[in-house]
Amino acid sequence: MSRITQAFNKLKKAGRKALIPYIMSGDPSLEDTKRFIADLDEAGADIIELGVPFSDPLADGPTIQRAHERALQRGTTLRKVLTFVREIRQTSQIPLILMTYYNPVFKFGIEAFVKEAVSAGVDGVIIPDLIPDEAEDFIKLARQHKLDTIFLLAPTSTPDRIKKVVKASTGFIYYVSITGITGAKLTVGDPMKDTLTSIKSNTDKPIAVGFGISNPEEAAEVAKLADGVIVGSAIVRLIAEGKDIKDFVRSIKESLELKG
Amino acid sequence: MNKKAPDNKGHFGVYGGRFVPETLMPALIELEAAYNKYKKDKTFVKDLTSLQKDYIGRPTPLYFAKRLSEALGGAKIYLKREDLCHTGAHKINNALAQALLAKKMGKSRIIAETGAGQHGVATATGAALVGLECEIYMGSEDIRRQSLNVFRMKLLGAKVTEVNVGSRTLKDAINEALRDWTTNVRDTHYVLGTVFGPHPYPVMVRDFQSVIGKEARQQILKAEGKLPDCLIACVGGGSNSIGLFYAFLQDNVRMIGVEAGGHGIESGEHAARFAGGSLGVFQGCKSYLLQNDDGNVLGTHSVSAGLDYASVGPEHCFLRDVKKIEYTYATDDEALKAFELLSKTEGIIPALESAHAVTEAVKTAPAMSKDSIIIVNLSGRGDKDVQEVARIKGIEL
Ligand SMILES: Cc1ncc(COP(=O)(O)O)c(C=O)c1O
Repeated sequence: MSRITQAFNKLKKAGRKALIPYIMSGDPSLEDTKRFIADLDEAGADIIELGVPFSDPLADGPTIQRAHERALQRGTTLRKVLTFVREIRQTSQIPLILMTYYNPVFKFGIEAFVKEAVSAGVDGVIIPDLIPDEAEDFIKLARQHKLDTIFLLAPTSTPDRIKKVVKASTGFIYYVSITGITGAKLTVGDPMKDTLTSIKSNTDKPIAVGFGISNPEEAAEVAKLADGVIVGSAIVRLIAEGKDIKDFVRSIKESLELKG
Repeated sequence: MNKKAPDNKGHFGVYGGRFVPETLMPALIELEAAYNKYKKDKTFVKDLTSLQKDYIGRPTPLYFAKRLSEALGGAKIYLKREDLCHTGAHKINNALAQALLAKKMGKSRIIAETGAGQHGVATATGAALVGLECEIYMGSEDIRRQSLNVFRMKLLGAKVTEVNVGSRTLKDAINEALRDWTTNVRDTHYVLGTVFGPHPYPVMVRDFQSVIGKEARQQILKAEGKLPDCLIACVGGGSNSIGLFYAFLQDNVRMIGVEAGGHGIESGEHAARFAGGSLGVFQGCKSYLLQNDDGNVLGTHSVSAGLDYASVGPEHCFLRDVKKIEYTYATDDEALKAFELLSKTEGIIPALESAHAVTEAVKTAPAMSKDSIIIVNLSGRGDKDVQEVARIKGIEL
């Protein structure tokens, strides 16, 4: 069983929700990323998403776009991030997910990437511009080498798309809370509830919700509807401002523990 | 010949496909269904055909460039005069058709990216004509070098949004347009300006541009009683070239696509994807891409904003593999020379994009016999480039 599945199982038994923070590898340096991972772990993160920078991050809003730019300026590459994960794994067993775009993976070679990622200790991959329809080979390799493939669903997703994405996803399903890009304004309302209900009627796999969750109140509200909460732009912004992230992440964690 | 390309998911061999955020998938499926419906819809076809005639000014002439042919001393050179289309380039063929389609689909707003500004102007024109709200994304570098077109778009009632990230050119404008579409997908249609991006765009835009070749084929048969020996067109994303070539694919005609050689391939400052790129996935499809070893997209350079793009339409890659089309490039300096040559020999100021195609005619024609025929696609007129050419020559206007 993958580290990600184990984490969700354990949380479920305890009646708790997963906190999944996102940070950009190499923003502002890989040394800092190492420190941030320790901070996130300490503040109660259950799973960590590590961004891998790409020149054209078309699913990201301004905050994370700038993080891609900063990380690239520091020479951060997919290869370096894989080496970095190998190093992290010597001291930490927290589940780690790489979030990147398809071209760096494609250029690396999908088979080489899947093998290297698993051997380095990566547990899952999120690629926002890779849909299941184009991922047949990738999914096959990932299954073979036991790498979780987390695909995304959105408020626009039709029943057909939901079926397809649910089937292709392992670890969890990433529900994009807004029709939009990362960091946009969140509204928790009926459309979100309806789509989540429709996804749940298709699967027992865990569902985590992300994009636009920026404070403990929003996190708590979303947590009532899903198995996990993903927080990205809000943390990346603190990092960009050179501020501490531990207290903020802890406050989100606490909001998830409150029984609604 | 290419009956199986693309397959029903938009794959031309290994190229093409759909690489987009899941949020957009329902919109692409909706667009594909709508396109397949309306391309056979009698009213839609009639409306489009009559606008092509009365509004765009089709058929555009196929003009025998006698003085240019004589100056080069070889093949007879014909120019397909897309520069005479309303708004000054072939881009309107596609933009108007997509605006019409968006209206039929019940969308209230269209958006587009633009490089040279021609596609932006064409889309703004289409929006004004059918009554849709319109927003155009344009990189700040392109806004600088095509300022005339920026003002035209505004006059046409469009909002022009400056894109200030990345290389500040066409690819960044496409990223921003895709972000807008991802956010406003329910009421907005994205009018992509070339044969690129996720399926069905490469097919749909090709079909809307294929009127160029259909006309040219009839016109040359009428004028010369035979097919041409060679077709030449510039290749940005690849829409004017495939538009000309498509009707000739079953014929035994040499076809040459001309990419932007910028400062030369060795300099690394160019947009010659076939000469300097490799297989990659970018902005919705799999194709040749200028990228580094880590899969990041490289900056490009061309004197012409419309060719200044890191990737190329997937069908072009496919047609190159099956040896139907050859690809070469012209440098900035060569294109600037051809720009002046055509102006002086024929009284036609071409777009800098089109000047790349003229360059290839200059290289090819002299070695061909006097009874052989070349058709050059003159994709646009050069008014938009006059200021920039003056600046390059150090002339203050
Ligand atoms: C006049 C003209 N020609 C050619 C192009 C290149 O595009 P494509 O290769 O799609 O024809 C452009 C793009 O802006 C253009 O404005």
